[in-house]
Formats: sequence, C-alpha cells, structure tokens
Amino acid sequence: MASANFINSIYLVSAILFMLGLKNLSSPATAKRGNTLSMVGMALAIIATLMTAGLSFKLIIIGIAIGAIIGGVSALKVEMTSMPEMVALFNGCGGAASALVALSEFQLKGVEFGADMVAHIGSFSMTTLLLSVIVGALTFTGSVIAYAKLQGIVSSKPITYPGQQVVNAAILIGIAVLSYMVFADPTNTTFFYIVLGLSLVLGVLAVIPIGGADMPVVISLLNSYSGVAVSMTGFALNNNALIIVGSLVGASGIFLTKIMCDAMNRSLANVLFGAFGAVSEKTGEAATSATGSVKGYDIEDIVTVLENASSLIIVPGYGMAAAQAQHIVRELADHLDGEGIEVRYAIHPVAGRMPGHMNVLLAEADVPYDQLFAMEDINDDFPETDVVLVIGANDVVNPAAKTNPGSPIFGMPVLNVEEAKTVIVLKRSMNPGFAGIENELFLKDNTMMLFGDAKKSLHALVTQLKR
Amino acid sequence: MEGSILIGLYVFVLALFAGAELIAKVPPTLHTPLMSGSNAISGIAVLGALLAAGHSAEINATSVIGLAAVIFATINVVGGYMVTDRMLQMFKKKK
Repeated sequence: MASANFINSIYLVSAILFMLGLKNLSSPATAKRGNTLSMVGMALAIIATLMTAGLSFKLIIIGIAIGAIIGGVSALKVEMTSMPEMVALFNGCGGAASALVALSEFQLKGVEFGADMVAHIGSFSMTTLLLSVIVGALTFTGSVIAYAKLQGIVSSKPITYPGQQVVNAAILIGIAVLSYMVFADPTNTTFFYIVLGLSLVLGVLAVIPIGGADMPVVISLLNSYSGVAVSMTGFALNNNALIIVGSLVGASGIFLTKIMCDAMNRSLANVLFGAFGAVSEKTGEAATSATGSVKGYDIEDIVTVLENASSLIIVPGYGMAAAQAQHIVRELADHLDGEGIEVRYAIHPVAGRMPGHMNVLLAEADVPYDQLFAMEDINDDFPETDVVLVIGANDVVNPAAKTNPGSPIFGMPVLNVEEAKTVIVLKRSMNPGFAGIENELFLKDNTMMLFGDAKKSLHALVTQLKR
Repeated sequence: MEGSILIGLYVFVLALFAGAELIAKVPPTLHTPLMSGSNAISGIAVLGALLAAGHSAEINATSVIGLAAVIFATINVVGGYMVTDRMLQMFKKKK
C-alpha cells in the first residue's frame, strides 16, 4: 500500500489540476477542457485515497455506486431552467458530507483518546472539527430550504415571525456554549449531537425569511459556506487537498455573492436580514411619479418597426425562460441577423435565478456566446440603438432605479433601455414584476407594449417577418 | 502538530489568494458553470468520507456515517461535474 507521502504528492497534482481547471474557465472556448482537468484531479485524489493502507472497500463501493447513480441521473435529467435548484441540492450534499465526515472523525478520536481527546488532537483541530459540523449542517438544511423555495414547495415570500432575530441569536449562542462544553468533556457525545441538531435548525431559520428574488445571493453564499466547511474538515483531518479546495470554493462563492449583491445594490446584511424590517413601507409613494399612458400595439406595428431597424438589442428576463421562449427568440434573432440587422443580447447580472443563469439558458437555445453582452459592456450603446426588445424582464429595465429615490429598487444598476429610439416590451399583463414595483418605462412615449404570452407573440412575429 | 497546523494555514491563505485571482477572470457568461464546477470540487470531502467508511472491516456506527458521507459527497462530485460538462458543451458547440 502507498505511503502517506506518496498520497500527499498525488493530492498536490490534484490541486494543480483544480487550479488549471479554474484558469480554463476564463473563456467559453477552453472551459470544457478546464472541467475535464478538474475531473481528472478529482479522480486522482480519490484513487490515491483508496491506496491508504488497511481500508475496507465494502461500504465504499456501495456508497460510490449509490451516489454516482443519484448524482449522474439528476445531472442528466435536470432542465436548464432548474439549474439553481440543482446547484442548491448539490451544495447541500457537499455540506452534509463535510458535517458527516467531521462527525465520524469525532467518533474515531473519541474511541481512540476518550476524555483526553482535545489534549491529543489539539484545540485548533477540535475547533475546526466543530466548525465543519456546524457550517456543514447549516449549509445542508439551508440549501434544502433554498431548493424548496425555488421549487415553490415552501412559499418564496419571506417567512417572518415576531422575535425571529432573537430566536436565531439564541440558537447561535446555544451552539457556542455547547461547543465549549464538548471541548471540556469530549466523552459527552450528547452535547455534540445537540450542536449538530441546532446547526441544522439554524440553516432552516436563516433561509426562510429571505425572499425568492434574493435566492441567487443565498445560493452563492451557501456555495461559499460549503467551501468553508470543506476547509475546516481539511484542518480537522490534517488534509491539504481539502484545505486548498475549500478555500477555492469559498473564494468563488464570496465573489459571486458580491456580484449578485452589487447588481441589486444591496448589502449582504440587507439581503440576509432585510425581511426583518418593514420592506414594503415605501410602496405607497413609489407608484406616483409616472405619467403618460400604456400603449398596446399589434403584431403588424411591431413587424414594421423591426423591418425598418438596423440595430437591435434583446433584453431577456426570467419571464422569457419561464415561458420557454428562448428558442423562438433565437429564431427571431437569426432571421433579423440574416436581414442584415445587428442583433445583440444585453444580460443583466440578475436576469436569471443564479449568477450567469440567463447565459446558460440562451446557450441552450444555440445563441452564439459572442452575441451575449454583460450590462456594463453594452449599457452605453442604447442611445445608438434603433430597437430594444424587452422579453419578460421588468425590474432590471425600470428607470425608477435611477430617477425615483422613493422606489424600493432605487440605486440598483439597470439597463438604460429607454435611451433607445424604440423600446418594444413583450409582457403577459400589466402586473408588476418579481419585486412588485410599478415600471414607468411602460408609459414612455417611445415604448410599444405587446401584451400576451411571450412565446405566442414571438411566433406570430417570426411568421409575419418571414412572409 | 503545531507545525502542521501552521502549514495548513499557509496553504489555506495562499490558495484563497490564488483562487480569488483565477475566479476574477471568469466572465459573467460562465458564472453558472463556475458555481456548479466549484461545487463539484467541494465534493472533495469524499476523501475524508472514504477513510471513514472503510476504516474497519466490520460495520459500526462510524462506518455507517462514513457510508452516508460517501453517498452525499459522490452525488456532489458526479452530479456537479456532469451538469457542468452539460452546460459547457452548450457553450462549446458555437462557431
């Protein structure tokens, strides 16, 4: 069997492959290769671990078989629109694995050292062991709740009750006190299990007050937590591979969390605890400043405008994906592109339900990625654009974010669509968007509303245009 | 023991910086695959899970917990990589 040094050398190779994998993600052209490199790294690390002396393979084979089947089948079956739910669940699995590994380590060391456990493994290892149980457990239940909210199993509205913060704080203090008691007497496993139980409860309670619209932030943050949990497990097991990967994942989660928060002009604290305050106090005055009237148009009117345009920017929102309209959007874009019209897509960071989600949905519909533009890369081009086509997006094109200090979304970066010569908005009805706010864009003189199901409207448009 | 903790912290901090540098270069187009891909590697907890599940020839409470950990971690690894691969395939076939 292999020596510890040999195994650790393989871990180093794995770590290099993980880093190279991330590096290759810097371009869509190399990204797939990056993922393959990362897979090879993982396979090497697993094979090396299996070379550890004295390992019994019975349960290992059963576990890998069951896990591979569940993971593989769900990965193949999941719809791209449900990617946030899928990632949330995988994340939860990662958290659960970290917590369970820490739990098993606690039991093994308990058998080995009994009451002298802390003296033998050191207080640092003990701390990281407890942290990996706590963070892993709350990542697990938090992710499950995030999944349930995105699926609509649990109401996507913030669930609040009086004294919520007090309860959460009390649980946190309880976890800290009991962890200290585990330190004092590691043979008292009951305390350890209560720490585990309280962490599971905390994960649930921390996520239920957060609204469905903020789930992209929550998923990113939980992603980072799962990384932290792995790092802590790595410290407890003295395993550098886990430490490195944990910090990579932690960094990536925090990075994406920050991008999502910036895109909504909200602080992380506001997202996590915002529901505890009075969120809707400003809705009364928010709806005031808009003047003008909504002008509905027919397919023929829209066709005329599109036929006379030389440049078009499509602004997709989640409503487009929900209507499964991305394929017909691409068909429309292809046709206009063939007529010599410049077609581009403007993607707001929170257009989907997780970071980069809209890009994946459009890529699935075969939209070339060089037509996809991030908000900051395209926002100055609207004044020179003939037509903007807004499909199922609302808050991300609401000018109130720039002009109305009373609006709940004031200060949030938005796409400057109203600066284009003509704005066509495809919308099911005049209901406000996900955040429940009026949109004065719909009342502007250069805005043409086309009401109805986005998919049907687009079909009609394509048919008319091709005639 | 103290030395190995310190080395662990070195590794942690340096990997954090290296990771932040690499991740900042990922374009917004690929943020979903970045998340699912980094998610997949966080299943590396499977290494600890394997050791726990196989630590003894007879089955006891710890090895059963290890088994559960192996299942969870493998779902994370296999599912995470496969779904990332599926997404990146869609980006790759263009032009």
